[in-house]
Amino acid sequence: MKTPSTLASGDAIRRRGLRARKARTAGFHMTASLIALLWVAPLFLVIVLSFRSFDDILGNGLIALPRSFTFRGYADAWGDGGGRRGMLNSFIITVPALSLALGLSSLAAFGLSRFKVPFRRTILLVMLGGNLLPPQILLIPLARNAEALGIFDTYWAVIILHAGFGLGFYVFVLYGFMLAIPSEIQQAAVIDGASPFQIYRRIILPLSRPALAAMGALGFTGIFNDLLWSITVLRSENKMPVTAALLGLQGTYVSNWGLVSAGTITAAIPTLIVFLLFQKSFVGGLTLGAVK
Amino acid sequence: MTAAFPSRPNRPGRPGLLGRRGIDSPPPTVAAFILIPFLLEAAVVFSPAIQGILLSFTEWRGIGTPNPVGLQNFRELASDPVFATAFKNTARWLIVFGGLSGALGLSLALFLKVERRGVAVYRSLIFMPVIFSLVVTALVWRVLYAPKGLFNTGLQAVGLDSWSQIWLAEPRTVLYALVVASLWRSAGYIMVLFLAGLKSIDPSLTEAARVDGANRWQLFRHITMPQLRGVNSVVLSVIVIDALRSFDIVYALTKGGPYNSSELLSTYMFKTAFATGRLGYASAIAVVVFLLAVTFIVLYLVRALREDAE
Repeated sequence: MKTPSTLASGDAIRRRGLRARKARTAGFHMTASLIALLWVAPLFLVIVLSFRSFDDILGNGLIALPRSFTFRGYADAWGDGGGRRGMLNSFIITVPALSLALGLSSLAAFGLSRFKVPFRRTILLVMLGGNLLPPQILLIPLARNAEALGIFDTYWAVIILHAGFGLGFYVFVLYGFMLAIPSEIQQAAVIDGASPFQIYRRIILPLSRPALAAMGALGFTGIFNDLLWSITVLRSENKMPVTAALLGLQGTYVSNWGLVSAGTITAAIPTLIVFLLFQKSFVGGLTLGAVK
Repeated sequence: MTAAFPSRPNRPGRPGLLGRRGIDSPPPTVAAFILIPFLLEAAVVFSPAIQGILLSFTEWRGIGTPNPVGLQNFRELASDPVFATAFKNTARWLIVFGGLSGALGLSLALFLKVERRGVAVYRSLIFMPVIFSLVVTALVWRVLYAPKGLFNTGLQAVGLDSWSQIWLAEPRTVLYALVVASLWRSAGYIMVLFLAGLKSIDPSLTEAARVDGANRWQLFRHITMPQLRGVNSVVLSVIVIDALRSFDIVYALTKGGPYNSSELLSTYMFKTAFATGRLGYASAIAVVVFLLAVTFIVLYLVRALREDAE
């Protein structure tokens, strides 16, 4: 029975439903932006602090509207504070360590996933297990072995540590990825007379780019952010990565909040860039292997 | 093998690459591909781990040969009050940090699970601290916890002056202050893990339950949670391993102080080794951390193995 009145009320109900949904959406965005704001507020505060002058912070306190604007903190943290040296060292350590780790782990993952290797599951799990060990148990022997080999307090010591310690996880993830590549592609190449290395280099590696990007983004931040390995096998201040330099900054310039904040922001920039460039791979890398 | 495939030429030097059985047995180059990385890991992980365990049964100050003392170090640990504090703090850290990051990560994931406009931005902002080093995190939180930092200023602004305190110098609260700073950094990570897990739930399950009249709590309790079982165990192992490794943030903010009130096994071990130079004793502390971790790693690997067999 369709009378005009029931039609109208149906319309009203629909409109009310729409309004309720709109209100829910608004509520969601309000709550979500509040949480997001809460999350970035500490960082925002440090950014503001990093541009305020020493006198401004001293006179008006840490938590105040900025009444000055200066790059002095950045200049000092970069120069006298040793930020430049630390940053350079971080790259000198991170780039070769990451290349080594990705190169070796992709080779191992290739071998394990594309050939019937005896005990392959055991090898994978042993390697992954090693990656999960607490670093504490390794620190003293590693320092001792580095000394015995004459590489203590050299970049090489840290590079080798990073490359070796990350291997298990990288191999595990890359193995899972490479296993999914259809074997027909490989067989065709074999018939054409390609060697295992050619198959790896020309076929499997290019096809594994997404997984390599994920591991690369993840590995970069992991190695770049490390403190413990570096302070274990390095002694000279001029070889320390930016994390250790930042700690030193905190000790030397205790009351100079502007400078320490500027150093903090500077040290965060490289990983932030990697994150922004590879956001999808990054998150993908974290969840790879976590969900099956 | 040649007899089985008379029509195909067998290339010498590349055994196994060709033919049906061929793809099975790895040629020597492939064996090297696996062996070299394995040996590197053995050199920087497995062998040092064994050395570390052996060192824990010795008295050694870094010069000369370690002097074997049997279980002496472990007996001393049993009566070492700082070790007891560090152990208790590590357990507290595991429970409080682990529980809160799991709960926080899951709540955030549930709240932000639906794909809609803007949700990616919220996720990214909450995730962002994950990429910062713990040293950066520590320095950010030093500003918040400073005597005239954000918290005390905020409390003062709302008239709760009496609650303000020197957060990092107060033995009763310092550990929790550090936990909060760590949470800020890790909640986004756990959220992302749960988001991936939620995404993999078959929507028809939720739909069917909803048609049957299940309310939100019932949906969560009987559909979502059981479906997240796999992710839960990953999150658990990630949290436990992370918690046992926690070092940087404590080292950067309090160095375990004041009066060892924020000492963790990891910081106590590091100090014992590199400040007091008692390397044998420090190794014994490391062995305790090692045993705690191994227990959880075995649980994790058993799960991975079971999954692999499926």
